[in-house]
Amino acid sequence: MSTEVRAPQVALSGVSKTYGSNPPVLQQIDLTIAKGEFVSLIGPSGCGKSTLLKLISGLTNATSGSILVDGMTPLNARETISYIFQDATLLPWRTVTSNVGLGLELERVSRELRRKKVDTLLELVGLTHVARAYPRQLSGGMKMRVSVARALATTPRLLLMDEPFGALDEMTRDRLNEELLRLRAEQNWTAVFVTHSVAEAVFLSTRIIVLAPSPGRIAQEIKINLPFPRTSVTRESPEFETYVTHVSRALRGVHSA
Amino acid sequence: MKKYAFTLLNALAVFAGLLLLWQGLGVVLHLPPYMLPPPLAVGRAVVARFPSLVASLAITSEEAAGGLVASIVVGVLIALLFAQSRWIRRMLYPYTILLQTVPIVAVAPLILMWVGPGTLSVTLVAFIICLAPIIANTTQGLISVEPNLIHLFLMHNASRLQILTRLRLPHAVPSLFVGIRIAAGISVIGAITGELFAGSSRVGEGGLGYSILYASAQLQTDYLFALVLAATVLGFVFFFLVMFLEWYFLHNWHESARTMTDD
Repeated sequence: MSTEVRAPQVALSGVSKTYGSNPPVLQQIDLTIAKGEFVSLIGPSGCGKSTLLKLISGLTNATSGSILVDGMTPLNARETISYIFQDATLLPWRTVTSNVGLGLELERVSRELRRKKVDTLLELVGLTHVARAYPRQLSGGMKMRVSVARALATTPRLLLMDEPFGALDEMTRDRLNEELLRLRAEQNWTAVFVTHSVAEAVFLSTRIIVLAPSPGRIAQEIKINLPFPRTSVTRESPEFETYVTHVSRALRGVHSA
Repeated sequence: MKKYAFTLLNALAVFAGLLLLWQGLGVVLHLPPYMLPPPLAVGRAVVARFPSLVASLAITSEEAAGGLVASIVVGVLIALLFAQSRWIRRMLYPYTILLQTVPIVAVAPLILMWVGPGTLSVTLVAFIICLAPIIANTTQGLISVEPNLIHLFLMHNASRLQILTRLRLPHAVPSLFVGIRIAAGISVIGAITGELFAGSSRVGEGGLGYSILYASAQLQTDYLFALVLAATVLGFVFFFLVMFLEWYFLHNWHESARTMTDD
């Protein structure tokens, strides 16, 4: 990554989140994500990584502090954000085509434009051959691909992903990770990615945020300076191994604390 | 295919055996035909009084179908209201349980007294008995949507109406069909129960319930059996009609409809 100054895509300052009278889930989070970054959030369960994602999306409100997405409040920035959930969250009564077009439909994009965009997306993620299938006919990996295509169909500037490939087998996950980076190179969105897998985080990210639990806070930030494009060869490089070891160690430190 | 044929053959064999047993029972025990008419006599009664049997069947099926369709329309509307807030559900839901627990045989005479005898009040009885399962199942379907699907819609700035029409309603269709399946069976029972109290404008002519009462009073036991048979067939037809509709609307995406075709 170059050192030029860019306007931040996401800016959190002094963000805390408390549910009711429980101890805070997140405390005093300061985090700035530049345009084009791929940031992974990693940490033990209960460290508030998913909550952080929900705060940036505006699905929940911060108890204190400020959050800006593209200089706007999360709610006002909704049109520029897409969210990919842990499960594919496809509508079973709709075909693949119709699922991918859902976001555009809800945003009242005309039918012709929708058709064109969906066709392009299906081709991009390699789903054209199952365009008319229903979700139940697809494998887990395919479903997730439909979910990614649906998120990208609305041409987001910010992509929030909450362990999207967590339920998939390792081979499928690796392949989808490579595809995700290819799509990113073509479309240039900013990404915030929640994961449990160190290898996945290192492979995808330009920066990894290690979170510590109770209360959730940022423990460490690790820049990943592996060159793009990253491929399966990247995973075999010694630099990759070094990063994995480094992040794993940071994560262990957080666990034992 | 072979398996189907075998199952069918089995069923037919059992049916034939039962008929033989029935015919034999009357002979062996020397039962008078007005106690247990032999199947042949029932068959003769069906043939001899076919037009009036069909007429009764038509009246009852119209009442049952009318009550069922009305209960679907009204039940879905009430479910839509219930889906709006937990507060509304807490306030009004107990009354739908009341609707289910009140014995229809006890209420039917009341309704006839208020609305007056005739097809309308019988349809109303069928409607009341069908309403509760429709409301309960549809409400369940409308509110049991996965939270992340709601989040997905919210992330695309979906309006409340869009969430209702594109998410909650389609999601509720399988549950609605569970309700309809239950209601279809009891709609026939409701209509017949209503007819037991409704009487008829012309002596000897009315729906199945009325005709059953009339035949029993006249000791026309063979025709009574024919009427019972017709009522059973009507229930079956309703059930399979609903099964077909369910399959038609859901086979593309829902498990409950698929299992009927898969094995």
